[in-house]
Amino acid sequence: MSARPLGPWFTDPRDPALFEALQGGLPLVPRPYAAIGEQAGYTEAEVIERLREWRRTGLIKRLGVIVRHRRLGYRANAMVVWDVPDDSVSQAASLICQYPFVTLCYRRPRRGSEWPYNLFCMIHGHDRQRVESQIRQLIEGCEMTAWPTATLFSTRCFKQRGARYVPAPGAVSLKSIEPV
Amino acid sequence: MAIHQQLLNDFQRDFPLSPTPYADIAHQLGVTEDEVLTALRELVDNQSISRIGAIVPPNSIGVSLLAAMAVPADKLEEIAEWVSSLPEVNHNYEREHRFNLWFVVNASHDGHMDHVLAYIEQQTGLRILRLPLLEEFHIDLGFPLEFVGAT
Repeated sequence: MSARPLGPWFTDPRDPALFEALQGGLPLVPRPYAAIGEQAGYTEAEVIERLREWRRTGLIKRLGVIVRHRRLGYRANAMVVWDVPDDSVSQAASLICQYPFVTLCYRRPRRGSEWPYNLFCMIHGHDRQRVESQIRQLIEGCEMTAWPTATLFSTRCFKQRGARYVPAPGAVSLKSIEPV
Repeated sequence: MAIHQQLLNDFQRDFPLSPTPYADIAHQLGVTEDEVLTALRELVDNQSISRIGAIVPPNSIGVSLLAAMAVPADKLEEIAEWVSSLPEVNHNYEREHRFNLWFVVNASHDGHMDHVLAYIEQQTGLRILRLPLLEEFHIDLGFPLEFVGAT
C-alpha cells in the first residue's frame, strides 16, 4: 500500500464533489449529468467532459449499470486462494484469467502461517456445486494441483457499495460497540 | 420484461455520455425514455441494481485494503453490522473460514487507513489481517448474466 495523491484525476477543486455525486449513483431523471453537475458546481457539458476524461485516463474502468449479483441469483460466490511460488504467480494468473467464470484475479501478500496464500480469484455462480466443479476444472487446467489452496464461499453480504472518497478527519467518530 | 434483462446485461459498460443517456438507451431498445426510466426504477427498487455509476481501479482515489478478521460466531452479526456502519467500509462479507469476516476499507491516504484499521481493532479487540492489493490481473468488463429460470 502506498500513498497516492488524488491526482492525476482530481485537477479541479470541484472534482471530489463530482466523483462523490457519481458514486452515489446516476439519478434516474432525463438529464442525469446536469443533476450531478449541480451538486458539484459543474455544468452538464463540463460533467460529460470530466467523465469522458476520467474514462480515457483510467479512473473510470467502466461506467454503467452495477448489478447486485446475489440478488440476481448469483449466491455461490467463491474466493479461491493459492500459495503460488513468487516466480510462477504471473503465469498462473494469466492462465486463470482465461476462464470466463473468473471475475477477478489479484496478487496479495502472504501473512505468515495463518494466511500463506498470495494469489486470489473470484468466481460468482448460481449454485455451489457448479462453482465447485469450475474450481476443480481451474486447478487441473492451470496445473495448480501442487499448490496449497483454500476456497472461501461467502455466506452473507453485510454491505455492498461503490468506493467513495472519504475525507480523512472526522470520519472515524462513530458509535462504539462492546469489545469482544 | 425483456427490456429489464437488456438493461441489466447490456449497459454495464460504455454507458452513454450524452446529455440524455436514458433517451439514447430507449432509442437503442426501441422503447420510450419513460419506459427505460420506469424499468430502471423497478430494478433499483427490487435491488437488482446497486446503482448506475463507475467502477474505479483499487487505490486510484486514496488507498484501499482487503481486511479479514476471525470473529467469534456469537459476535459476528453485531461486529459485522458495526463494521458496515463505518463510511470507509464499502464491501463486507461473511465467508466460510476461520477468518470469517472480509471487508474492504477505503481511505484518503495511508495515515487515514492506519487510523481506521487501528480503530476497528481497538473497538472489536480483534486483529485485522491486512491484505493490500499488490497486482491486479483481471480487467473488469462487467458481469455477464445468465438468466437461469429468471423471469
